[in-house]
Amino acid sequence: MIEVKNVTKGFNGKKILENVSHKFERGKVNLIIGASGSGKTVLVKCMVGLVEVDAGRIEYDERNFSEMDFQTRKPIRREIGMLFQGSALFDSMTVEQNVMFPLKMLSNMSYSERADRVNFCLQRVNLPNSHKLFPSEISGGMKKRVAIARAIAMNPKYLYCDEPNSGLDPKTSIVIDELIMEITEEYQTCTVINTHDMNSVMTMGENILFIHQGKKWWSGTTAQIFKSDNEELDEFIFASKIMQNLRK
Amino acid sequence: MNIFSQLGRYWIFMATLFSKPEKASVYRKRVMEEMESIGVSSLGIVTLISVFMGAVITIQTVYNLVSPLVPLYVVGLVARDTMIIEFSPTIIMLVLAGKVGSSIASEIGTMRVTEQIDALEIMGINSSGYLVVPKMIAAIFITPFLVLISMFVGIAGGWLAALASGVIPPVDYIKGIQYEFLPFNVTFAMIKTVVFAFLITSISSFQGFYTQGGSLEVGQSSTKAVVYSSVMILIFDYVITQLILA
Repeated sequence: MIEVKNVTKGFNGKKILENVSHKFERGKVNLIIGASGSGKTVLVKCMVGLVEVDAGRIEYDERNFSEMDFQTRKPIRREIGMLFQGSALFDSMTVEQNVMFPLKMLSNMSYSERADRVNFCLQRVNLPNSHKLFPSEISGGMKKRVAIARAIAMNPKYLYCDEPNSGLDPKTSIVIDELIMEITEEYQTCTVINTHDMNSVMTMGENILFIHQGKKWWSGTTAQIFKSDNEELDEFIFASKIMQNLRK
Repeated sequence: MNIFSQLGRYWIFMATLFSKPEKASVYRKRVMEEMESIGVSSLGIVTLISVFMGAVITIQTVYNLVSPLVPLYVVGLVARDTMIIEFSPTIIMLVLAGKVGSSIASEIGTMRVTEQIDALEIMGINSSGYLVVPKMIAAIFITPFLVLISMFVGIAGGWLAALASGVIPPVDYIKGIQYEFLPFNVTFAMIKTVVFAFLITSISSFQGFYTQGGSLEVGQSSTKAVVYSSVMILIFDYVITQLILA
């Protein structure tokens, strides 16, 4: 479980996050939703340690991540997998080398063990024949799948996904969402997804955190969204005609 | 104030480079790759510039030596010492600041804006160490060889100019390049080269590593890397010369 406790973060005197507390549960798809500029990306960056919190703490299974330095964070970081918005694949490496990279750097596996693990991960994301391709030679959806394969290569306990569907067509978005749900169930990861894709919210929302103006505004499940009387949440979720019809 | 904050960030960046590497074998392989990228791929431009520099120095020295009291072999001596002491270590490193420095800054800058560096950090890998240290080690090891080649080719270029233009008998040129040769001059050039290689790689990496924004900012970082590296090379050229030769 990941626990965010009273996290506050600001830049240049402006508060982006204010006293946010939430529990992200293991074996569940946890969503962070909110409008652009609401502070959800900053929250994820604080959680993975790319940005330091001004106040409050982040705990990974009761280990206080916020108080650790780079070296002491290493064991926790090795339990984290992350899928970036732009995939963040290493341009100079092939698909196979990208997936193998964390294994090569962080494990003591032999080359054949690493190769087996890479084959397994690429098979798992339905990319069995793309080993020798470079990121520039594959589509956006394939890049996301390679990034998922890289994220799961080390058997992570915590999986972060930053806007996993951005730039993808609706069909590919569904494929990526399903893959993330399957992986969460299979590996019992604590999956945290930062999204504003309504389809993802409706299909994956087991534990939703709604951030508004840098504050925790609402939390609950997809089913509870329909019953909520939270005005800002309503405005955000039911902004489109399709969503309004769905509620009716 | 900005210059002090930049200097502070630069030294903090330097301090982050030297933590224990995750896998020494990976770093060794990366050093070899960088040696090829920094050294071998620069061989062509270094040779071309050096041969013409040597040729031009020779012809211009002959042109400026108007006194009949000065023996012609002095042209060879001047060409040799100019190439060894100043042109090869300084001009070639300025050229490398443009070629290698911009390449390092744009490579690391692009990795920053496309979140590849964030990906390394989340894995628990010291991103600055992984990306910069192999480049630095490779440059410090390979550039002295490039400068040695430049010296040799530049002096040979002078001889070719003497032969082709006939402004000085090649025999006199050969006598000049052998006359009162000081091996310490080569050591001095190597000291300068190593310092300049460190400056180019560290400044360019620093500029790339702290790039924020998109492709426009990557271009700006690349330009800054070349400008700052070149300026620092000229400043340190003076400082090292003052310290060692004065």
